[in-house]
Amino acid sequence: MSYALLLLELFGRFFLVGLFSIGGGLATLPFLTSMGETTGWFNAADISNMVAISESTPGPMGINMATYVGYTVAGVPGSILGPIGLIAPSIVIIIIISRVLMKFRESKYVNYAFYGLRAASVGLIAAACYSVAKIALFNGEVFAETGNFFLGFDLKSVILCAIVFVAVMCFKKLHPIACIVAAAVVGIIFQMG
Amino acid sequence: MKQLLELFLTFAKIGGFTFGGGIAMLPMLQKEIVEKKNWATQEELMDYYAIGQCTPGIIAINTATFVGYKQKGTIGGIVATLGMAFPSVVIITIIAALVSNFQDLPAVQWAFGGIRAAVVALILSSVIKLMKKSVIDIPTALIFIAVAVLATVTNVSPVVFVLIAGVIGILLKGGKKS
Repeated sequence: MSYALLLLELFGRFFLVGLFSIGGGLATLPFLTSMGETTGWFNAADISNMVAISESTPGPMGINMATYVGYTVAGVPGSILGPIGLIAPSIVIIIIISRVLMKFRESKYVNYAFYGLRAASVGLIAAACYSVAKIALFNGEVFAETGNFFLGFDLKSVILCAIVFVAVMCFKKLHPIACIVAAAVVGIIFQMG
Repeated sequence: MKQLLELFLTFAKIGGFTFGGGIAMLPMLQKEIVEKKNWATQEELMDYYAIGQCTPGIIAINTATFVGYKQKGTIGGIVATLGMAFPSVVIITIIAALVSNFQDLPAVQWAFGGIRAAVVALILSSVIKLMKKSVIDIPTALIFIAVAVLATVTNVSPVVFVLIAGVIGILLKGGKKS
């Protein structure tokens, strides 16, 4: 019985995280920290370990974290119920928004709003691309040590990034999955990262 | 039923090869959802991302729900979303159960060094594709530049940018017509 209650609590707590964290997977972090403090299920060191694992595995980070916490707390049933709790609020909200959008699809004001909003959406994605690039291509520690901006760039990463970019721009049929698999192999061969 | 299975499998494939969150998923969505399956247009993808940044939950998950709902209604939304989460749940459960120091293995770190560099290039190519559809005149070019710069140098919530840009769109287009 207490195990059933534990599963229910797990589901409920991740449901709340899903309901209140807006944005990407990292937005769930502050909620996880307070969840750990309230329940004692995991501590700050566990969280940094979870983030490292979530970042080293495929899939949305929020889902990875919910699965890991769920498994740690309640085994396999927990690793299923944690992520389901996390995604349940979004599913409901997005389905409601989809219905509303379909109703107002013909409205010219909705289309006017999307005209401005799409440019902003791509602007946000460009900003996110910049922050990903900073982490992947630039080594802040080397820069801080040497003070030389150009030495801060990780040469292997910059070259691989440039090659992949030219390849996807030239060969429209090239699948992103093929690029990722190839890059993982190249990373291992040249001991990158 | 066949269509639901296709939704599940397509999103499972995307979820299984997305490294680095919702933005990293974009190149995969463009290839699978827009170019191969015709389940959504580039414009719709941008709308989903804009809405996904302003609503609770993970952007990747929200986008899956949008596409699934559009194809097969409520059940489609649920199936696509579960498909997206499926590979993560399996992989993480296995790692949590069996490998205590997975992220410390040198081969894993090297592979991710390579993947991270490739993901930057893939996202950049996605941004270029989307710009062709959304940055179509001077006002949208100004909105794009302003949001890209402000989102980088400030900590303002994406919600604010999306709402302001939407209002600007209505004012510009609505003002012109009347």
